[in-house]
Amino acid sequence: MNRKLWAALFLAGLAAPFLIYPVFVMQLLCFALFACAFNLLIGYTGLLSFGHAAFFGGAAYVTGYLVKNAGLTPELGVIVGTLAAGLMGYIFGILTIRRQGIYFAMITLALAQVIYFIALKAPFTGGEDGLQDVPRGMFLGLVDLGHTYHVAGKPLELNLYYFVFIIFCIGFWIIHRAIHSPFGQILKAIRENEPRAISLGYKVERLKLLAFVISASLAGTAGATKSLVFQLASLTDVSWHTSGEVVLMTLLGGLGTVLGPVVGAFTVVALQAELSAFGSWVTVVIGVTFVVCVLSFRRGFVGEVLEKIRTRPPGQND
Amino acid sequence: MTVAMSAEYILETRDLTKDFSGFTAVSEVNLKVRKGSIHALIGPNGAGKTTVFNLLTKFLIPSSGSILFKGKDITREKPADVALRGIIRSFQISAVFPKLSPFENVRIALQRRLGTCYHFWKPVSSLDILTERAFELLDSVGLKELAHHHTEELAYGQKRALEIATTLALDPELMLLDEPTQGMGAEDVGKITELVRKVAQNRTILMVEHNLKVVASLADRITVLQRGSILAEGEYDEVSRNPQVMEAYMGSVHA
Ligand SMILES: Nc1ncnc2c1ncn2[C@@H]1O[C@H](COP(=O)(O)OP(=O)(O)O)[C@@H](O)[C@H]1O
Ligand SMILES: [Mg+2]
Repeated sequence: MNRKLWAALFLAGLAAPFLIYPVFVMQLLCFALFACAFNLLIGYTGLLSFGHAAFFGGAAYVTGYLVKNAGLTPELGVIVGTLAAGLMGYIFGILTIRRQGIYFAMITLALAQVIYFIALKAPFTGGEDGLQDVPRGMFLGLVDLGHTYHVAGKPLELNLYYFVFIIFCIGFWIIHRAIHSPFGQILKAIRENEPRAISLGYKVERLKLLAFVISASLAGTAGATKSLVFQLASLTDVSWHTSGEVVLMTLLGGLGTVLGPVVGAFTVVALQAELSAFGSWVTVVIGVTFVVCVLSFRRGFVGEVLEKIRTRPPGQND
Repeated sequence: MTVAMSAEYILETRDLTKDFSGFTAVSEVNLKVRKGSIHALIGPNGAGKTTVFNLLTKFLIPSSGSILFKGKDITREKPADVALRGIIRSFQISAVFPKLSPFENVRIALQRRLGTCYHFWKPVSSLDILTERAFELLDSVGLKELAHHHTEELAYGQKRALEIATTLALDPELMLLDEPTQGMGAEDVGKITELVRKVAQNRTILMVEHNLKVVASLADRITVLQRGSILAEGEYDEVSRNPQVMEAYMGSVHA
């Protein structure tokens, strides 16, 4: 049943640009990957980072800058952006990983604000305007990602779309594998009972640090990809709003579930798009939606569905 | 001479002391645990028994004094390092991983020996080689049938048994049990007593225990702690005849 679900989702991903405006789907995929990366930390390790925009936006700037000014091909741009976010994650990690709960959240937020400040003030980031006109470039130097096809009169950026879709699939697969790996098992144990994990001889800080670096790297992948899709790295990408949004997406969809963050990201991005006509009321509507959802489905959308399945037949799970 | 001493005693503390901002919870404790024995640490509530455990496993840093494991000073080591040396503890409040199944609980412990805890690229099926051993361990504590149930839904006694199985999975040289029978009915107490006796075959056990019947039937040696200091030490008969002990501890239990 699981296999069929994955196959159906994969096919839906392949068909999506013919059914929905491709740039919008690409935006969904970028934020979904971002939320999945975030979920590895909060859902499977129990760490609430409030600074993940630093990795998402930081990588967007690095990739945008290098593709625009150093002529990097898009795939190299995304790889370098990912590595840069991983390095930032490592630095954030060593500074915060010993802290617990709210202190961890506050320090990650403070560090992310430092990155925001750099993005605002540094000479190469374009200040308030951000980095604009990032070229989409030639994939492997061969395929023009900027090319637009015309199918039944509709303009479709199919090259770029499948580039983004493949990145999403790889990123999602890495997260899925990490969750279902020997490492992922220990992460769950730490989330469940940290002192017990320590008393069994696990070096909890190092394990958490690795989780943090993986999460930051893939958040970076998402941000780097986004900078190619929108041809823009902006202050919004590194702002605390974005850090908050990813928390919201993950909680809405169901923290600690594999598909929850994807569903949550789709919900939030779709709501923002649908409601954009209402201007600043969007925030209010999303806020209210969030409160209602959290009150009525505490486990998030996917979490509630899984709980229904779980509680029906007793015994064997997963 | 000193060599013979450290071979005989697997664990020694020297003037072990812990202050909590002015309040001395553990005061100059000199504890010697003989290799291969079951050693009980008893004493009234608040005597400092759990604090001693926290000091031994480095969950708390001693204010002064030192701890020797197999003749080696481990006073400055970290909790995970102490565990890697072969000292594994259980907790007074049951320490299981509630959302993992009993099978996964035990497998978490078995996984440590495999050394793949950082391998995020391997599938979970790479742990299948541990399945057989995990079931053996669950069987030894009578939880085989419940291997894939929800741990949080197990009965209290079953959770304690699972905790012991998890601890045993690491085959520790020294096992520290903090009140393993606390809050249990007579039947479960009997089961746990037998289990501890069985697992003590080829290892050393230091246990905190309130139930004196359990202590009498299991312990080779007993240390009585009162207000952070050692009040008496010896075999059960010896200790239970000590008038100070009778007054401070046993008196209050039997009266
Ligand atoms: N972390 C702590 N901070 C302050 N006081 C503590 C702490 N842990 C234990 N104590 C105090 O130390 C004393 C001994 O506690 P404990 O070791 O738990 O006793 P026991 O396990 O023998 O019942 C108690 O008075 C307790 O309040
Ligand atoms: Mg205690």
